[in-house]
Amino acid sequence: MVPISNFLVVSALLFAIGTAGVMVSRNLLIIFMSIELMLNAANLAIITFSRMNLNVDGHIIVFIVLTVAAAEAAVGLAIIIMIFRNRETVNADKFNLLKR
Amino acid sequence: MEKPLYLIPLFPLIGFLINGLLIGRLGKRMISFIACASVGLSFIFGVIYFLDLLSLPTDSRLIESVFFTWIPSGHFHVDISFLLDPLSAVMVLVVAGVSFLIHIYSIGYMHDDRGFGRYFAYLNLFVFAMLTLVLADNYLLMFVGWEGVGLCSYLLIGFWFEKKSAADAGKKAFIVNRIGDFGFLLGLFIIFWQVGSLNYTDVFHKAPEVFAVGGGLITAATLLLFLGATGKSAQIPLFVWLPDAMEGPTPVSALIHAATMVTAGVYMIARSNVLYMMAPATMAVVAIVGVATAFMAGTIALAQNDIKRVLAYSTVSQLGYMFVACGVAAFSAGIFHLMTHAFFKALLFLGSGSIIHAMSGQQDLRYMGGLKKHLPITFWTFLVATLAISGIPGFSGFFSKDEILWKSFSSDFGSVWIYAVALITAALTAFYMFRLVYLTFYGEGRMDSHARDHLHESPPVMTAPLTILAVLSVIGGYVGIPHLLGGANHFEHFLQPVMSGPHEGAGHALAAGGHDATTELILMIGSVVLVLVFIFLAYYFYRKNVAAAGSLRQRLSGIHWLLHGKYFVDEIYGALVVRPLVNGSLFLWKIFDVLVIDGLINGLATVIGDISSGLRPVQTGNLRTYATIFLLGVMVFMAYMIVR
Repeated sequence: MVPISNFLVVSALLFAIGTAGVMVSRNLLIIFMSIELMLNAANLAIITFSRMNLNVDGHIIVFIVLTVAAAEAAVGLAIIIMIFRNRETVNADKFNLLKR
Repeated sequence: MEKPLYLIPLFPLIGFLINGLLIGRLGKRMISFIACASVGLSFIFGVIYFLDLLSLPTDSRLIESVFFTWIPSGHFHVDISFLLDPLSAVMVLVVAGVSFLIHIYSIGYMHDDRGFGRYFAYLNLFVFAMLTLVLADNYLLMFVGWEGVGLCSYLLIGFWFEKKSAADAGKKAFIVNRIGDFGFLLGLFIIFWQVGSLNYTDVFHKAPEVFAVGGGLITAATLLLFLGATGKSAQIPLFVWLPDAMEGPTPVSALIHAATMVTAGVYMIARSNVLYMMAPATMAVVAIVGVATAFMAGTIALAQNDIKRVLAYSTVSQLGYMFVACGVAAFSAGIFHLMTHAFFKALLFLGSGSIIHAMSGQQDLRYMGGLKKHLPITFWTFLVATLAISGIPGFSGFFSKDEILWKSFSSDFGSVWIYAVALITAALTAFYMFRLVYLTFYGEGRMDSHARDHLHESPPVMTAPLTILAVLSVIGGYVGIPHLLGGANHFEHFLQPVMSGPHEGAGHALAAGGHDATTELILMIGSVVLVLVFIFLAYYFYRKNVAAAGSLRQRLSGIHWLLHGKYFVDEIYGALVVRPLVNGSLFLWKIFDVLVIDGLINGLATVIGDISSGLRPVQTGNLRTYATIFLLGVMVFMAYMIVR
């Protein structure tokens, strides 16, 4: 039996990797994937706590989060495609029109 | 008695709405039909209700009609309701009748104007406002009409607004009238404050209980109302706008000077006769201002060269007469003169319009002359009006003017001095009017050859109203033949129920009893002889011996300069009122507004701007930086939560 804290450690690691990806990467797609990673890290944590407390509410929340994440992924990818069509780049550092 | 009186002002309002909302979409024929028909219908309904009124017994000649409740607010209750009594009936007939003729005339006069539709829309609105004014049964609704005619005069005087002088004249009329309106409004406040109502019936009924005769409050209230009247009816000190009002189209001058607008002040005082009879001091002021205005304007008219300007000052002068009548408690004589004056002054202005039309726009008397054979109808009608205004026996002006002269002499409120000045003014009137006639119609034509070739009589649509008005100028006086000449003075009897002043009846009995019949006859003959002498003088100077007029002008060059400059009243007002106001405004604009207010606002904006640009580097525009800072923030927050 794997101790329950391991799940939380994995979750924390995934979240940290995602955070690092958002902060370090310049590629919008990578940033976007990192955000998804953070989202799923949170999902894992919720499922773990749900299991710990023997309560199914967490499962339901995770399903909702997955649904929302799917929709958000569709919208987010569409936005990235539109940006690419307009600017012909997905480098996040180039998107500073308002600052200039 | 109840009748739908609101129909009378309703038709011009409908005409205004149709013509005003469909500007540029209707043909000229349609526009003129709608405009004339609406005023014509008003006149017809006016006549119908007038006949209804006549069928009632003398004591209860009153038709009322409440249209709807306007302002119900506690004690303050005002209705949109109308009242037809002998006084307002006379006014409705004069206003609607003369306006109708002017509308007809305008079709011909304004035919080639680009603003044809706009013109008739304004004209209808003017008539609507004036009919509301005279038909109102309370002071507030009267004030609505009062402001309405003020607005319309502004719109019509400045009708040719591309011309700067016209736009200025419109502004002048409006601003000067506002001063008067301010007084009128304050007067209403005093009345409402004391009486608690603005309804005529209530006010006149309660006034004797509330106000002490000759008391300070009633004197103040009537004086303030009179200030309003001086604005609307062009008396000293607010008469300066009327002579400039001739910048508008000539039929508009006729409308303003004869039927509407300027008669409002006289009507208002006659309407408030109960209040005025309680304030003898005000009566004296009214009479003195009236006679002073009559004399001053009469002398100015002697030395003017613009045909419309002469007529404009003659209007001011004649209005002075009406105020003299009101001031000596002969209110019905004032209204009588108002009526006859409406006929002959409308005729004079329309006739001058016909002359200007024929002269291709020339208004200067010095370039006219010899028009008699070119404009026969205009000449004869103009002559009739001139005879009427001069007070030649047999014409309407004689009866009304003589009535005023006699009352100013015989009434308890009158005096020999007022009579004397009024008499001199009557003689001056005859002189300048015949000067006008001789310079315009007689002698050699002094126009250039181009204008001479274009001389033509006006079309029938313009001469027909002239003819009708000429007939009215003759017979209009026969409704009020004095007892002395074997008449019954129907007019005064008709107005008697409205004019409840105690002295009115007394003065009337005096004349009827033949007590002073000899004096009256002597004065009447004297005034006629004096007028004839002055007509002869005009004939001598301007027809027989023109050189004499020139040398007389040379010898009296100082007086001529003063009169030609209109006593420089405009210049004095300019220096005393306009200039300080303009300078004060300049100070407020250049110093207070630009430096203080703008400085404050701009300074505040600069401070905020500086702070903002200081904070601007925080926003790098770099997504990853934001994410990092966000993460740090979350970490700090969590650390705080844990440590706490």
